[in-house]
Amino acid sequence: MTTTIEPGLEPRQNAGLDGGLSKRPSRQPRVGQTRRGRIGRTGKYALLILFVIVVMMPVYVLFVTSLKPPADVNPATSWGWPTRWPWEPVAEGGPTGFDNWTTAWTALSPALGRTFLLAIPAALISSFLGSMNGFVLSRWRFPHADLVFTFILFGMFIPYQAIMTPLVQMKTSFGLPSDISTLLIVHIIYGLPICTLIFRNYYVSIPAELMEASRVDGAGMLRTFASIVLPLSLPGFVVTIIWQFTSAWNDYLFALFLSDTAGGPVSLALNNLAQGAQLANYGAAMAGALIASLPTLLVYIILGKYFIGGLMSGSVKS
Amino acid sequence: MRKGVRNWGPPLLLISPTIIILGIFVYGLIAVNIQVSMTNRHSLVPATEFVGIDNYIQLLTEDRFLHSLMNLAVFTVVFIAGTMVFGFIWAWMLDKGVGAEGIFRSVYLFPMAISFVASGVVWRWLLNSAEGDRASGLNRIFESLGLGFLQNSWWNEPIWGMAAIAMPAIWQLSGYIMALFLAGFRGIPEELREAARMDGASEWKLYRHVIFPQLSPVALSALIIVSHMSLKVFDLIMAITKSIYQTEVPATYMWVTLTSNDYAKSAAIATVLLILASVLIVPYLIHTARAEKSNR
Amino acid sequence: MRKRMSLLVGAVAVSVALAGCAGGNAGSESTSDSGDENQVEVFTWWASGSEKVGLDALVEVFAEQYPDIEFVNAAVAGGAGSNAKAALASRLEADNPPDTFQAHAGAELSDYIAADQLQDLSAFYDENGLTDVFPESLIERLTVDGKIYSVPSNIHRANVTWVNSSVLDKAGIDPTKAPADMDAWIADLQKLKDSGVESPLALGTEWTQMQLLETVLLSDLGAEGYSGLWDGTTKWDSDGVKTAVDHYSQLLGFVNSDYTGLDWDAATQILIDGNAGYNVMGDWAEAAFVQAGLTYDTDYTTWPVPGTEGVFDFLADSFTLPVGAPHEAAAKDWLTTISSAEGQKAFNLAKGSIPARTDTDASEYPAYQQTAISSFANDTVVSSLAHGAAAPIAWSADISSAVGKFGSDKDSDSLIKALVAASDKAQG
Repeated sequence: MTTTIEPGLEPRQNAGLDGGLSKRPSRQPRVGQTRRGRIGRTGKYALLILFVIVVMMPVYVLFVTSLKPPADVNPATSWGWPTRWPWEPVAEGGPTGFDNWTTAWTALSPALGRTFLLAIPAALISSFLGSMNGFVLSRWRFPHADLVFTFILFGMFIPYQAIMTPLVQMKTSFGLPSDISTLLIVHIIYGLPICTLIFRNYYVSIPAELMEASRVDGAGMLRTFASIVLPLSLPGFVVTIIWQFTSAWNDYLFALFLSDTAGGPVSLALNNLAQGAQLANYGAAMAGALIASLPTLLVYIILGKYFIGGLMSGSVKS
Repeated sequence: MRKGVRNWGPPLLLISPTIIILGIFVYGLIAVNIQVSMTNRHSLVPATEFVGIDNYIQLLTEDRFLHSLMNLAVFTVVFIAGTMVFGFIWAWMLDKGVGAEGIFRSVYLFPMAISFVASGVVWRWLLNSAEGDRASGLNRIFESLGLGFLQNSWWNEPIWGMAAIAMPAIWQLSGYIMALFLAGFRGIPEELREAARMDGASEWKLYRHVIFPQLSPVALSALIIVSHMSLKVFDLIMAITKSIYQTEVPATYMWVTLTSNDYAKSAAIATVLLILASVLIVPYLIHTARAEKSNR
Repeated sequence: MRKRMSLLVGAVAVSVALAGCAGGNAGSESTSDSGDENQVEVFTWWASGSEKVGLDALVEVFAEQYPDIEFVNAAVAGGAGSNAKAALASRLEADNPPDTFQAHAGAELSDYIAADQLQDLSAFYDENGLTDVFPESLIERLTVDGKIYSVPSNIHRANVTWVNSSVLDKAGIDPTKAPADMDAWIADLQKLKDSGVESPLALGTEWTQMQLLETVLLSDLGAEGYSGLWDGTTKWDSDGVKTAVDHYSQLLGFVNSDYTGLDWDAATQILIDGNAGYNVMGDWAEAAFVQAGLTYDTDYTTWPVPGTEGVFDFLADSFTLPVGAPHEAAAKDWLTTISSAEGQKAFNLAKGSIPARTDTDASEYPAYQQTAISSFANDTVVSSLAHGAAAPIAWSADISSAVGKFGSDKDSDSLIKALVAASDKAQG
C-alpha cells in the first residue's frame, strides 16, 4: 500500500479551505451543568489524551532509540531512556547516539536531495495539468464528458501492480535511467487522475457566476482559464501540491521497481539502511526514519489546515 | 445550445493529452499485462506460446495463492474495522466540542504524513513476538503493566497474524477517516438537529434517524478508500516482515515471482488484484456518476 | 483567429512541457556503451558493509594488475541482491548487459544460461589453470552440461553450527565435542532445555529456516543423497527426506518463539547474549561474534552441523561473462584478477570469507577462516539451497515458501507434498 490517500469523490458545495472542518458555532451551554456532565467531560479528556499517548508511542520509540549508543540499542530495552545521552561526555571517545544521526544523514542525504528534485516538480506539473483538466470537466460540456471523467478517475484506483511489469519493460526499452527522472514522469502521469478530480470538485464548488462572465465562446477558453480561473485556483493548488508532494515523497512501490539506490528517492535509501544485508544498525535506521519523514511532517505541520482541506475537498454531499 | 465542433472541440482538445497519456499508461499497459499473463513466459526465456487462462487456473488452485488471498482478507477486514471504529470515535468526541480540538486533530492525523517504509522501521520492533524475559516492544509494555496475558506473538500467529500487520495501517489511517467523519458531522445542518430535539427525539433517536443517514455517504467514501488501499498493501509488509510466506499477500507474492523471473505468473497475480479492485471500484464509479447526473 | 492561435499555443506548450520531461531524461541517461575500450563495467550488489570493503580491495588489486583499464562500478544495493537481480534481468532483456555481473555460483545461473545470456568460460579456466587450483568437487558443482559459466570470487560455508561455550558448560555439555548425528544433537538440545535454557536453538526468518532444513537434509541423506535431490536421483518423498523433515520438525521445538520475525543477525545475537546454545548460520556470522568481542574457542566455537562432518555446504559469489558484453577483453581481465591469488586474498580478508583457490596460505587468515580453508580443501563440496547454489531461483522460492508455511502449521505431510510438487515443477 502506498501512502496515497484519495479525497472523497463527490464535490462539496462551498467547501472552505479547511474542508468544512471549522468548528460549529459553539452551542449554548446547557442550563445547570450537572456533576455527571463534569465527570463525563473529564472522562472524555482522559480518553482523548490516552489516544494521544497511543498514537505518539511509535514516535517516542523512534526518538529515544535514535539517541542511544549502539550497545544500548536492543528491542528488549526499547522503551527505556538511553543509559547515556548523546551529549554526555564519553571518556574513551566511543560511539554516542549522535553517531546514529550522522550515519543516517550520510546514508540518506544524497537521496534526500534527489527526492526534493522529484517531489517538487512532480507536484507542480501534475497540479497544473490537473487544473486544466478539472476546469474543462467542470465547466465545459462536450459529448460523453461524464464517461471521460470516469475514464480518468479509474486510473486513480488501479493497483499499480497491474501496470508495473509492462511499465518496467517500457522503461528498459526506451533506455530510461533508473533514477528520479524516470520516476518524475511516472508520478506526473499517475498523479493526473487525482489532481483532475480535486480541481474538478473544487471548480464545481466555485459559484458559476464568477466564471460565467467571460464564457464567450470556445476559443476564449484558454484565456478564461488563464485570467479568471487560475487566480481563483490557489486553494486547489495548495491541496494538490501538498498531496502530490507527499505521495511522491513517500512512494516506495514505483521507486522499488523503477529506480535503484544509487539514483532513487529516500524511501529506497531508508529501506536499505533499515534492512541492509549486513548487520543492521537499528539506531541509525530510526534516526533515518525520522530524517526521511521530516519534510512531509513539516509540510503537514505548516500547511496542515489545507492538507485536511484537501482530504476533505468534497467528501460530503450537502 | 450546441454549436457543434466550435463549442466542444476546444475542451476536448485541451483534455486529449491526458486522455491519450492515461489511455497508454493505464489502459494500454493493463492490456499488455493481461497479454503477458496468458503466455508461458515463466523465465528469462521469451514466451513461446499463448496459453489462455492456464496461468489463472493454476493460480486459483494453488494453496500458496489462496493463502495470500486469505491473508489479504483478514488484513482488509481488520484494517477497515479498525480505521472506521477509531475514526468514528475520534470524530464523534471532537464534534461534541472540546478545547484544543486542533491539537487533538493534528496528533491523530499526523501519522498519515509518514511513509510506511519509515513507520515500518519502528513497528517491526513494536510487534516483536518474543515473550517473557526477552519480551520487547508492545509485549514488554504489557509485561511491565502487569498485563502479561495480553502478550502474544503478533504476526507470527498463523491465521490472525495479519491482524497484527493491520495495526500500523490502522495507526496511520484512522486520523484520515476521523477527518472525513468530522467533516461529515459538521456538514449536518444544525437546524436538522434542533428540529429533531424540538420533536423530543432522544439522543439515540437523533443519531438513528438524523445523523447516521446524513453520514452514510461519508462512510461509503471512507469504506471504498480504505478497502482499495488495503488491496494494494505492499510497502508496509515489505518494511515489517519482507516477503515471507507468513505475511504474504498478492502484492508481495507478485514481487517474489517477478524477482524470480516468472513474468507470466506475476502478470496473472497483478491481473487478479486489478479484478478485485474493479469489483469494488466500478460499481462505485457508476453510482457516483449517476448521482451526479441526477444532481445537475 | 487570434483566439484559435492562443489555443494552439497552449496545446503546443503542454506537449512541449511533456516532451521536455521525456527529452531531459533521454539526455541524462548514463550510457555504458561509450566507445572507450579501456573500461569494464562491473555489476554487483556489493554496495555496503564488508562487501563494499571487499570490492574496494578487489578494485585496488585490479588497478595494480591492469592500470590501463578503468573500473566502472555498477553496484545496485538493497534487498540482499533481489533489487540487483531485477535490475539486471531488465538490462539483459534490453540487450544492454554489463561487462560482467555478480551472481551466486551454481544453479541460480541456470535461468541466464537457458536464455543464452552467458558465455562459456571453460576455455578461460584452462588458460588460467583454474581447474587445478579449485577443488575438484567445486568444479563439479560449477559445471553445467560440460561447461562452466562463472568464476567464484569467494566461498562461504552454510553448514556451520555456532556454539555458545558457557551456555553448554553450564548445562554440563562439552561444547568442543560435536554430537555424532541429528538424534544425538536433539538429545543435547533437550538436555539444554531441561537445564532451563528456554530456546536452546536460535533461529531466524524464512531463509535461515531453509538453511537449517538443508543442513538437516544433508545430515540425514549424506552428501551424495543430498546432491541427488537436485538432479532427480534422490526422491523428495523418500524415507531419508521424511526422516529429515521429522528431525527438522523436532528442532523447531527448541527454537525461539519469535523466529519468523528475526533476521539472521538478530537470531545470532540471541546466541551471543547467552539465551541460546546453538545457531546454524553461514560463516559470515563470524563478524557478529568478533564485533561482540568474543574469542573463538573460548567464548564460542563452531562445528559442522551434526552428521555433516567432512561435507562442505558451499555457496559462492561469482562473476560471469554475458553474451554481448561491450568490453569482453577487459571483462576477462577482471575475471583474471578475481581468480588470481592476490585478488582472492584481498577480497576474502576484507569480506571474512575464504578463497576458492586451494593454494592459499591459511595462516594469513583469522582462526575461524583457517578451519574453513582446511575443510574446503579436504571435504566433499555440496551446494547450498538457501543461497542459490543448489536450485534455480524459482525452485528455491517455492521451497522457501513451503518452509515458511511449515513454520506456521508444522504439518510434515504437507511440507513433503509441497517439496515434491516444487521439484516436479522445476524438473518437470
